[in-house]
Parts: sequence; C-alpha cells; structure tokens
Amino acid sequence: MASIDKDSLTNTFLVAIVVCLVCSVAVSGIAVALKPQQLLNKELDQKQNILRAAGMLDEGAVVTPDGRSVEELFSEFSVHVVDLDTGQFIADRDPSLFDPIKSAKDPAQSTKLSNDEDIATLRRRENASIVYIKRVEGKLDKLVIPVRGYGLWGTLFGYLALDSDLQTISGLGFYQHKETPGLGGEVDNPKWKRLWPGVTLFDASGSADVRLVKRRSSSGSAAAAREVDALSGATFTTRGVQNLVNFWTGELGFGPLIHRLKAGNG
Amino acid sequence: MTQEKEVLVDPIFNNNPITLQVLGICSALAVTISMTQTLVMCLAVIFVTTASSLVISLVRNRLPTNIRIIVQMTIIASLVIVVDQTLQAVAYDISKSLSVFVGLIITNCIVLGRAEAYAMQNGPWLSALDGFGNAIGYSLILIGVALVREPLGAGTLMGYEIFTPVSNGGWYHTNGMLLLSPSAFFIIGLFIWAIRSWKKDQIEAPEYEIAANVQYREVM
Repeated sequence: MASIDKDSLTNTFLVAIVVCLVCSVAVSGIAVALKPQQLLNKELDQKQNILRAAGMLDEGAVVTPDGRSVEELFSEFSVHVVDLDTGQFIADRDPSLFDPIKSAKDPAQSTKLSNDEDIATLRRRENASIVYIKRVEGKLDKLVIPVRGYGLWGTLFGYLALDSDLQTISGLGFYQHKETPGLGGEVDNPKWKRLWPGVTLFDASGSADVRLVKRRSSSGSAAAAREVDALSGATFTTRGVQNLVNFWTGELGFGPLIHRLKAGNG
Repeated sequence: MTQEKEVLVDPIFNNNPITLQVLGICSALAVTISMTQTLVMCLAVIFVTTASSLVISLVRNRLPTNIRIIVQMTIIASLVIVVDQTLQAVAYDISKSLSVFVGLIITNCIVLGRAEAYAMQNGPWLSALDGFGNAIGYSLILIGVALVREPLGAGTLMGYEIFTPVSNGGWYHTNGMLLLSPSAFFIIGLFIWAIRSWKKDQIEAPEYEIAANVQYREVM
C-alpha cells in the first residue's frame, strides 16, 4: 500500500472510475430490486385515499372494523377513463397506464383555461381523466373523482366522493398539500372532514355551488345545505378548497359526466 | 479501549455536533415536528454517518488529495439514496413526508465533517465508532426537540393524542408556533444554555466586550 503514489494521475483516474462504478452499481441495484415493492406501496396508498374519501375506510386504518382489506374494498370499484368535455367513457384506454396529472402538462392532451374559467388556478386542464365508480346491483352507489387546486402555498391533491344521487357529497380528502400546519393544514383534520358528508353540491339551477363560510345561513334553507364551515385562520386554503370542489364538479370538470350519469345512461 | 470509549461517548455531550459545533441545524428544524419522523430521520443519519465513515476510512490511503471531497460526497450520496429507496419500499407513509429531508442528509455538515475530519486520519473501526457516536449525539438533540414540539404543537406524541386539542373537542389549545421552524431554534438555544451551564468549559470567550456607557455623564 505504502508504495503507491496516491496523488499520481493514474491513481486519481483509477480511484474516480472505481468509485463511480461501485457506487452506481450499488445504487441502481437497490433501486431496481426495490422498485416492485415501491410501486405496490404507491398503488395501495392511492386506493386507501380513494376509499377514505368515499368514507369506506377510517383515517389511519388499513382494514375496516369488520376486517375487510383495502384490496377487497377497492375491488368493488370499476375504474374508467372519461372524456371530460363529453362525459363519455373512453373504453379503449387502460386506466392503469394513464396519468391525468401528467397529461395536464402536455399541450396535446390538455386545454388551456382562461382566467375566468380557471378558478382553481390549474392553468391547463387535461382532456381526459379517471373516475372510480362503485355499483351495487347494477345501480350507481358512489362516484369518486380526483380533484386538485391551488391553496396558499401549493396545489392540494385529493379525491371527492359523491353519493348515489350524484347531488350529495359523501366525502372529501386530500392526499398531498403544502398548507401551513395548524392553519390550512387542518384540511386533514378528521373533525372538519366529517362536516362534508351530506353537503349538497348543486344549486337549483344545477351549477356547482358549494360554499365554505364563516357564518352558516339559517338552518333548513337551501343555501345552508350547500355550506361547510370555513377553516379559521386559513382564508386562502378555504377559498382554494371551495374553488377546486366547484371547478371539478362544474361544467369544465366532471359536470358533463355527472349529468350523463344522473340522466341514467351510465 | 479508552480511546474507543472516548470517540463514542464524547460527541454525546462534551462535543455534541448540534449544541457545540452547531452543525446539522437545518434538518433539526425540519423534521422535529413529529416524533415518528424524527426517529426515522435519526436512524437514517446513524446509518449514513457510520457507514460513510467506515467506507471512507477503508479507502483513505488510496484517496487522491485532489478529488477526496468529491469521492466522499459520492459515497455519502450513494448511501443516502440507498436509505431513501429502502424507506420508500418499507415505510411508504413516512417516506412521503420525509423523502425531501432524507435526500438532504447528503448536505448535512455532520456527515461530511466526520468523514473529512476523522475518517481520513483514522482506522475503520474507530471511524465507524466516531460516526456512530456523532450521529447519536445528533439524534439525542433531535429527539429532545421533537419531545417538546410535537406534544405542545399538536397535542400528540408518535401520532397518539396525549393532550386532546380544542379542534378535536378537547381542552388543549395547540401552540401553532411550535409547528413552525423558528421554535426549534428557541428549543435548541435552551438546550445549549442548559448544557453550557452544566459543562462550563463549553462556554466560549466573548469576541468583544461592550464598553461601559458613559454618555449619560454628558447629559448630566
């Protein structure tokens, strides 16, 4: 060992090459070996988020109280790729190979939104997205749609679930956001999330009009049915949530699909 | 034996990387919001520091002086990626919130500091102990900070409610400031104060003294 001149040019190159080779083999070996497990985790996580939004799985739980697993619950859902403009299912596209959020960045697969349309601050909206539908004895029981929109610090990503009448919200949950812990971060608060089931989505004219308010309208009125308590100290997050719910259930979002399913030809 | 013990125990209080050398503060601010995150982060740092010190010490006699820092960084970065990938496979929920900070272990001054200052001059066994000891010193402070921040900030510990917060129908008014990064500075500051009042030799000589105020005489 001592006879080697460690600062010689040959040794410098030799060490650099050997270190690069050894490190890259170690890193890529680990990455490749763990890839299947990582993909499984990701998929399971997404399923859990969908089930939690639909109110079928408790927060933090991985099985229901009667012992049904995520896989078992999720198998009740059928997954469809849907054309957002027409509301028709695109049967020849495999949902497992399609990423709506990625396609929103591709000009060929998305539509630019004008400032007036873009209430959820998305800039571009994908032309096709994915929905999850649970049917019981052939009749629609739950519809889960992916939603996203800008809050205070970044985009909130989540799922919104609708009941069988496609008029009542059955749950809302976010799986990724950057809101301030303790203020906007309270979108994850289970108590606040419990306010969402039962809220009416559309007003008398049929347009999506959920409101997050400081003071509720008098109880029993039509307006009160469409209201949810705002998060205190989180004006921007609250506004963001209100806008993203109304955008994705509105005409530019999943509105056409919801109308079509309501008319009974789903 | 005494040297081994010294290398292992010294960084815990006498030469703690956070409270004496004031290194690795960035991750101490970021991950201490929750105890679970903190513990995983500590395990990651313990693994990376120990393994990198060991590997770098093994190759130290062949390392050309010119490219030694790059080689050290490459080894550290590879170890960090290994940790990050493993976390994504075995603890997905934690890795979602921790991934960013695990990646930043590469830039954690403690890891490179131990490699350059100790592992380059000492044998593999002592270097590994030194890396391990320093990571333990780092971990103890982090756990201490998380032990203050999580209960007071969110009313929970390891995700379990210990004070039921008002927002969940309980009595505890959560202190939102403890969930923000500055609070970790205050807590680390208090730790430094506590350790220096216990071990007086850590107190540094003041760099300058404030001159006595003589202006009031002119007024009088």
